[in-house]
Amino acid sequence: MSDSKAIFLKDATVNAADGDQRAFIRKALGGYYVNRDLQKARYRDWERARDAASLAKWSAVNDLANVLEKFVANFERNGGVVHWARDGAEARAIILKIAEDANAKAIVKSKCMTSEEIHLNDALEKAGYGVVESDLGEFIQQLRGEAPYHFVFPCMHVKREAISELFAKHLGTAPTDSPEELTMIARRHLRQLYVDADIGITGANFLVAETGQISITENEGNARLTAALPRIHIALSGIEKVVNHLDDLSVLLPMLATAGAGQPMTCYNTLYSGPRKKGECDGPEEFHLVLLDNARTRLLADPEQRDALHCIRCGACLNVCPIFKNIGGLAYGTTYQGPIGSVITPHLRGLKQWNHLSGASSLCGACTDACPVRIDLHHHLLHNRRNAAKESPTLFDQLFHHGFNFVIKRPWLFATGGRIFRATLPLLQKLPLPYMGAWMKTRDLPKAPARSFRDEWKQQNV
Amino acid sequence: MSDARSDIFARIREALKVKAPKPHLKADANPGKTSAVAKPWLPDGGETADASLTILSEQLAKLKAVLIRVPDHAAAVKAVAELSAAKNWKKVAYHGHELLRPVAAGLACETWEADASFDKQRLEGCDAGITTCESIVAQLGAILVSSATSGGRALSILPHVHVVVAEASQVVPDLGSALALAKARHGDRMPSMLSFITGPSRTGDIERILVLGAHGPKELYLILVG
Repeated sequence: MSDSKAIFLKDATVNAADGDQRAFIRKALGGYYVNRDLQKARYRDWERARDAASLAKWSAVNDLANVLEKFVANFERNGGVVHWARDGAEARAIILKIAEDANAKAIVKSKCMTSEEIHLNDALEKAGYGVVESDLGEFIQQLRGEAPYHFVFPCMHVKREAISELFAKHLGTAPTDSPEELTMIARRHLRQLYVDADIGITGANFLVAETGQISITENEGNARLTAALPRIHIALSGIEKVVNHLDDLSVLLPMLATAGAGQPMTCYNTLYSGPRKKGECDGPEEFHLVLLDNARTRLLADPEQRDALHCIRCGACLNVCPIFKNIGGLAYGTTYQGPIGSVITPHLRGLKQWNHLSGASSLCGACTDACPVRIDLHHHLLHNRRNAAKESPTLFDQLFHHGFNFVIKRPWLFATGGRIFRATLPLLQKLPLPYMGAWMKTRDLPKAPARSFRDEWKQQNV
Repeated sequence: MSDARSDIFARIREALKVKAPKPHLKADANPGKTSAVAKPWLPDGGETADASLTILSEQLAKLKAVLIRVPDHAAAVKAVAELSAAKNWKKVAYHGHELLRPVAAGLACETWEADASFDKQRLEGCDAGITTCESIVAQLGAILVSSATSGGRALSILPHVHVVVAEASQVVPDLGSALALAKARHGDRMPSMLSFITGPSRTGDIERILVLGAHGPKELYLILVG
């Protein structure tokens, strides 16, 4: 069993038994369901809008080389500098080099899951830089020393009392149970940090090939501040975030907000094209974009699951997933939690270590139904199970499937086996069965019928 | 060893040798014309100017942004002055624009043309920022500001209150129209920042409970002339 699987099983078991926490998560998501449905109702045809969103991403991802080339040419024409990173280590080295060249001290970050993926904060802190996460949820998780619980709502599992204690401990503020006051504490604390920071690091939600702009979606205004005040702006993005046309955003931006947070649009959707231009009064002197592969091309090479690269990271599939709601986001042990994480993590980090996530699903299809860009999520979990069985079958898989194959091809053997199974079932109910421990813990074997279906059929159709 | 850029492009080209099937679509969406094709499916932005204004005021109300409609520029100056007095603003920064200079002149408190002598520390101490905008999207209640027409990047985000003074003729029905207008206006010389502002800054990070004024403005006023 892989380490990641052992941790997953342990955490999932503990969390699924924590009724209070599960109720808290359900309640936190309750308002989201109401708002999402209200906003979806304003669409005159949500299903067709999904088609348009899906096609916009499909046409970019399936022509990635050309669309990326076009984007980069336009981005550079606007005065930005593009850096290429094959993996996390290269991306970290590029960003450290920029910070070193700029003689920077303080770095402010807005929410960027790609930076979580490459463990950027660790690397920057080890090199001696002060790094502050400015998104409220990320700020809280940074103080807690914990990974995000949900890639859109990073601290949705933390109760206000715990946040109050956390702020009292780290910021020396008076305890309060008001979310409003807690938010204002963070606001006051972070304001001067934006002004003082040398470098602002953001992610990117879309890269627009036609204009060379990057699009950043947020609610708090922290990304706006991060890209306005420091003298250097570094954006980190996966190569798959590119879209062909500016016009594609007319569908993608509203749908991202509605599917992800139940909003018509998030509060700030900002397009950046380069550093401060001539005649502009503020903005960074340098604008760097780090484009990251980190095994995305491995996913691209699988035409069956290529559509997983359409993902716009709205988080809708997590919000509706019965597994996510019961085991929580931390149990996954991945940067991207929930159904999309279970699909892509085996590609990004290795199927052998992460195939257990393919089983973290009831295959109910709620995720596929919720996805605004129509990623076939629950079928991809089945594809991953199949691929894992092909790639590195366990001894049990091999024995079981060969045995099954042998028996099912021989009707007389199947009938005999059935007869023996029915006769011995009362005995099996008393024995601990190998490989069946987890399943049997909460289930009983059924009582054996007197006759098989085949016998019954024969008798009734004489 | 080859460089990262050529390596990544080689991997992409290799990966795309096997084609993926086009998604099964219920409708003929047309790449490159997303907004034109998707218009009848997306939220309504209004077919006439009046219909758009009605949708805009509903959307802004839901977003907890305040819409103040005034008949002419003199009334806009008066509206902002009243707002400033009621909210007791001490320092107000504004974008140096012909429409806004009379507005600033009408205020009793200290005013500062932020883009004439930019100073981020001074801006941080301002109660309100006054800007113009590029366009206003009725469909979503979004106001498009840019570094060119709104006094740079920070003026519309750093002060605690953001006031936008705009003409009613700047209202467009939907997001597609606003993007097309920005492209037509700026061509390949886009301002370094274009930002759709949809209501005052907000967060739901603590127990998914809505709080206004996370890092950006807590209050957003749209003064619409005409």
